[in-house]
Amino acid sequence: MSGPDLPVTQDTPSIRLIGTLAAAGALAGLLIVMVHVWAQPRIQEHQARVLREAIQEVLASPAHTTALYLVDGALTDQLPAGADSLALERVFLGFDDSNRPVGVAIIGAKPGFQDVIRLIFGYDPASGQVLGMKILESKETPGLGDKIEKDSAFVAEFDGIDTPLLGVKPGAGRGRIGEVDMITGATISARTVIAIINDRVEAMAPLLEAYAGRVAARDRGN
Amino acid sequence: MRGIWRENPVLIQMLGLCPALAVTNTVANALAMGIATFFVLLGSSFLVSVLKSWIPKEIRISAYILIIATFVTIVDMLLAAMVPDIHKALGAFIALIVVNCMILHRHEAFASKRPVGRALLDAVGVGAGFLIAMVMMGTFREILGNGSILGVSVLGPDFEPWIIMILPPGGFFTLGFILLGMSWWKGRRETSKSGVRRWPHGVAAPPPRRVA
Repeated sequence: MSGPDLPVTQDTPSIRLIGTLAAAGALAGLLIVMVHVWAQPRIQEHQARVLREAIQEVLASPAHTTALYLVDGALTDQLPAGADSLALERVFLGFDDSNRPVGVAIIGAKPGFQDVIRLIFGYDPASGQVLGMKILESKETPGLGDKIEKDSAFVAEFDGIDTPLLGVKPGAGRGRIGEVDMITGATISARTVIAIINDRVEAMAPLLEAYAGRVAARDRGN
Repeated sequence: MRGIWRENPVLIQMLGLCPALAVTNTVANALAMGIATFFVLLGSSFLVSVLKSWIPKEIRISAYILIIATFVTIVDMLLAAMVPDIHKALGAFIALIVVNCMILHRHEAFASKRPVGRALLDAVGVGAGFLIAMVMMGTFREILGNGSILGVSVLGPDFEPWIIMILPPGGFFTLGFILLGMSWWKGRRETSKSGVRRWPHGVAAPPPRRVA
């Protein structure tokens, strides 16, 4: 028993299929690289501007700032030779007009309700206080989770508050140190903000203390 | 040019619904996504039409995806460099233009079989239709969900925003309302032409009952 006669089709040789896709891939790569070369400096410039503005905001407009790099488990103000400053973990030390340190701007990130929340906060190692907080990246639910950046009362909670932070229901605080009123309907997002700050302070406080000790020893040596 | 309204990709053909439902929570986002998709459709239709005789049929879909992905990557970088706030708001949905079935559909059904001029005209029509549908949805959702258009308040300070309209369910409600409105309008137009009352989808309605 034989089936119906099907039309015979001429298959394209494999080498031509591979060659066509390879050529198309190479052309696509060339186009993308050309646009990348044009766009990348502009993207980096924008990111640097956003970061500069955020540092000014969380450290209450310092006169000038210095970047500290985390190298081999210690903070240093000297960028190692050949290292890419953007690839290293950084904190930013702010100074007032008299060249006295006013605080450190620290970046942190953790998964929130929808996606990763990335923020920057000012921290005073001397008093152990958070000086201010600003959200850098967030895709939290509009109208609910995005209150972590749009609710001015919640953002103001981080202006001069002792660490470690402790989230409490709005109005249910008992006057303990570090209490932050959470946001109704955005508990996970608000809790993530508090967790980011607590974790980063816990990780950075000993490193900042060690750095301050090294700077003091260096100054005495001079 | 029928893609603008009579064969609108979103409202008639139901193509490209993922971005239409996901990023139309504000007019600015809808406009940016519509323009980005328009650019990708135009650029990729041009290349598909130019290269159609060199692309073997066995690998045509792979080649179309490669061409679309190239333009999407270019749009992604251009938005990040030129309008970073909108790029941030659109998030992962820019990359998802690659798998927008509306674009692949136009390449497979039209651009790969027609000369460059007609392929470009088709891309302009369908892209404009997509952009119009996105802006319609974005306007409806932003007005009800935020009381504003393009961030400018239109319903006053006393308006209590319907938050659900800017959340994902609001996209489905909006699309449903717009389709209902279009169906009603189409039914009315056919009734006025033929004199026969019709329900949606052309079904003749029964004559009105006589009340004794």
